[in-house]
Amino acid sequence: MNAIYILWLRQVKRHLRSKSRMIGSLGQPLMYLFAFGLGFGPIFARAGQGDYIQFLLPGIIGMNIIFASVFSGIEVIWDRQFGFLKETLVAPVPRFNVMLGRTLGSATMAMLQALVVLIIASISIFKINNIWNLPIVLLTMFLISVIFTSLGTMIGSILKDMQGFHLIVNFLIMPLFFLSGALFPLKNSNIIISGIGTINPLSYGVDALRQLLSGIAHYGLFLDFGFLITVTILFLGASGYFFSRIQA
Amino acid sequence: MINVKNLTKKFGEFIAVDNISFEIKAGEIFAFLGPNGAGKSTTIKMITTLLRQTAGEIHLNNTDTLKKSAKARQFFGVVFQDPSLDDELTAYENMHLHAVLYHVPREKRTARIQEMLEFTELWDRKDSLVGEFSGGMKRRLEIARGLLHFPKIFFLDEPTIGLDPQTRNHMWNYIKELNKREGTTIFVTTHYMEEAEKYADRLAIIDHGKIIASGTVAEIKKQTNTTTLEEAFLQLTGHSIREEQGAYISPFMRMRRGK
Repeated sequence: MNAIYILWLRQVKRHLRSKSRMIGSLGQPLMYLFAFGLGFGPIFARAGQGDYIQFLLPGIIGMNIIFASVFSGIEVIWDRQFGFLKETLVAPVPRFNVMLGRTLGSATMAMLQALVVLIIASISIFKINNIWNLPIVLLTMFLISVIFTSLGTMIGSILKDMQGFHLIVNFLIMPLFFLSGALFPLKNSNIIISGIGTINPLSYGVDALRQLLSGIAHYGLFLDFGFLITVTILFLGASGYFFSRIQA
Repeated sequence: MINVKNLTKKFGEFIAVDNISFEIKAGEIFAFLGPNGAGKSTTIKMITTLLRQTAGEIHLNNTDTLKKSAKARQFFGVVFQDPSLDDELTAYENMHLHAVLYHVPREKRTARIQEMLEFTELWDRKDSLVGEFSGGMKRRLEIARGLLHFPKIFFLDEPTIGLDPQTRNHMWNYIKELNKREGTTIFVTTHYMEEAEKYADRLAIIDHGKIIASGTVAEIKKQTNTTTLEEAFLQLTGHSIREEQGAYISPFMRMRRGK
């Protein structure tokens, strides 16, 4: 338990100390929100779908989380090269706990970054549907963060080189993001797109956020949380498996 | 204290460590010598549970390192050849993290961290980020950290490489004092024969993955009929230059090691 906490704390401290990481992580989502949101807004409204910003923001939150989370897996490779990973691998602590501490730490930061985006959006162009939903919104953001941080940790545990990590992760994140209903409604979309959406964890995360923040639902909260929690458990298990197989 | 039996490690076809056995008693200073690529680091990695052996058994304080790795890990501290500190944390934070990972009781933590940082003369730099430290300071911090949890065994993989003579001398003083004061068993690899000659109670020489000589310094000198350990070493392992095999070192690491 203590080991999980101290490794969580380490991840959080490292993030907070890197100002470029903190500020840089806000650039992409805000750019998407303003450029896409304001750009496509009139078309979306003309198609009879209502306010695009209200539709888009939960998707942007999802995007921010998936990018921050999966890319945090590179820290495993980073720590391997800098040597710190060895310190944690020889520690008398189950490897699963080491993985869990790291993952929860990075997930916490991904969630906080997304929260900052949500706050900036809410004081500028976005209107939160029901402010009392915020605790559940945070929980949803945390679940999405844990799912994709575990995925990142998994990939970081298997790969050894950073370039390879970037290539594979980009190849993986882009379709997950585009086919999650973050940018456009999955309802009535092409069967292939909505089909892939059905097995994509991010779709359920975005759908939950959208319902809680904007009142627009597709799958419904019950299905959303069922899927998210199941995938969280599966991915944490898989991540623990691959992390404990690391040899230095 | 350390019991290695028929230890073998293969990387594909390449046999890095070939059926070696040795035993180290509690409180000994044991030097493990060999040319580059002879299998020293691979052996240390297996003993410290970082690498799974292909065959053979390792017992630390009568605990099997494969079957009870978490328990075995509690017994030793280790300073790896390459740094393993977190550069973005302060010296104190690195120590604190280690203390928690190694279950040092809360009430002992602060005092022990201070004791070890004072021992390695880093106490006044405790709040500096490790990234700002020199190579020698990092090595001292690693020693301080490795000793934090009162280990019974202390592994040092080339602890004095790349350090100036002053720091090397200090380093060995710490090691000697620790061995005397806390009765810690020391397992050290080094390329500096005069260090092994001066400080080791017993040593083993490994080459091409096999142990080719072992005993006290006097025994090995007598066996090879030489006057210094360096001559004995060269006689046993030959004069040709070795390329490292089996160990992956990125250009990045090389840069860091050069510091």
